[in-house]
Amino acid sequence: MLYHTASLPDSELKAAPFEYARAASLAEACALLATHGDSARILAGGQSLVPMMAMRLLRPAWLIDINEIAALKFVCVEKDVARVGACTRQCVVERDTALAARLPLLRQALAWVGHVQTRNRGTIGGSLAHADPSAELPLVAQVLGARMLLRSSKGARTLDAEMFFAGPMATSARADECLEEIHWPVWSEKRVGSAFTEISVRHGDFAMAAAAAQIALDGDGRCVRAAFGLGGAGGTPLAFPKIAARLIGTRLDDAVVEDAAHAAATETEPGGDLHASAQYRRHLAGVLAARALREARERAGRP
Amino acid sequence: MSETLYTIAVEVNGKRHSGQVPARLSLVDWLREELRLTGTHIGCEHGICGACSVMLDEEPVRACLMYAVQASGHRVTTVEGLAKPDGSLSVLQDSFCETHGLQCGYCTPGMLIASQALLNSNPDPTEAQIRDAIGGNLCRCTGYQQIVEAVQLAAERTRTK
Repeated sequence: MLYHTASLPDSELKAAPFEYARAASLAEACALLATHGDSARILAGGQSLVPMMAMRLLRPAWLIDINEIAALKFVCVEKDVARVGACTRQCVVERDTALAARLPLLRQALAWVGHVQTRNRGTIGGSLAHADPSAELPLVAQVLGARMLLRSSKGARTLDAEMFFAGPMATSARADECLEEIHWPVWSEKRVGSAFTEISVRHGDFAMAAAAAQIALDGDGRCVRAAFGLGGAGGTPLAFPKIAARLIGTRLDDAVVEDAAHAAATETEPGGDLHASAQYRRHLAGVLAARALREARERAGRP
Repeated sequence: MSETLYTIAVEVNGKRHSGQVPARLSLVDWLREELRLTGTHIGCEHGICGACSVMLDEEPVRACLMYAVQASGHRVTTVEGLAKPDGSLSVLQDSFCETHGLQCGYCTPGMLIASQALLNSNPDPTEAQIRDAIGGNLCRCTGYQQIVEAVQLAAERTRTK
């Protein structure tokens, strides 16, 4: 059957008009970005971009769809890094048991990301490029110090998470660059534990505050490596390397953990809204940071 | 100024459909307005309520969060595709009736798609797994309990068939 759409009248379509290009390769996507630059947006899973366009918060002239580029969908676990293609669906990463064995924090975080239907469509790179400061994957990237491989028609470069996240919904990627791969560090210590936790109105909704932690213990149960961070507590996801460094050499007793969590929460400047005041968010940040660190400690404690 | 139209071809409920669509037409609008498959409901139109859930290549997705043009070359199953070819209800649909898993019916197509997708991959889900699978679907009538019971009943009936 062939339908000729008498397109719905403009008033009945939510998004503003745009031109669509389905890129068959990353090179084609980069060429389109080089041409359209500022007026174009990459369309990955679309689980954040499409609603923002429906509300006309964004009105790009072009959408460059990268969903059909098979080369951007892969998970490759190497010795001390897990490489993930930017357009890999969140559900694929969630189900990857080989990845979860080496990098459990990603699966732990994904359990909080949206719902089954949105994880089936949403991508790892899309979530990072969207850079919502309350989102789970950007927080994990910040805590672990993931590296972003960015591609343009002029070449490629990598950016550390710390440099990549520039502000709320803003990254340091140029308008002609497309996120190609994410390199997640894999810790090689024998006893590594990690945890992710958050508070939201409904499971899967935006986090009021979120915390992620990963720690490594030696054979004696002393902390030899620690990283933790907070989401929803500032303009970008936050990591606290200086405070985490103070945990090294300790046994991560509750008092030590509480101190670190409190110190981190004190550094945050969350905003407030009708769901949670800034003061309440800062309180949550401290409570959640302590919970994540304790849970990571317990997991690392198990042989 | 006339808007660019894009030619698409999508397999919907086993049948091939072609069309010409503006890029900004959502998949759910195309299904409802062009194919007149009005079983899929539109709720919030920004990915919160789950009423518009359909299966895309066997996986449940929100049809308001993708454009029809993106579905070209893919397979879509809507709630109309769940019933048997003779129009009689599927085991899951029948179980929703039996446990009173719906009241106003607005969320039902999304609930059916979400729970059928669960049963397809997991024929014997726990209550927690059922609740997780429908966690992205809002129902303002039932309190969810009868919906969970419907999925449990459908799983039991399918296993003992």
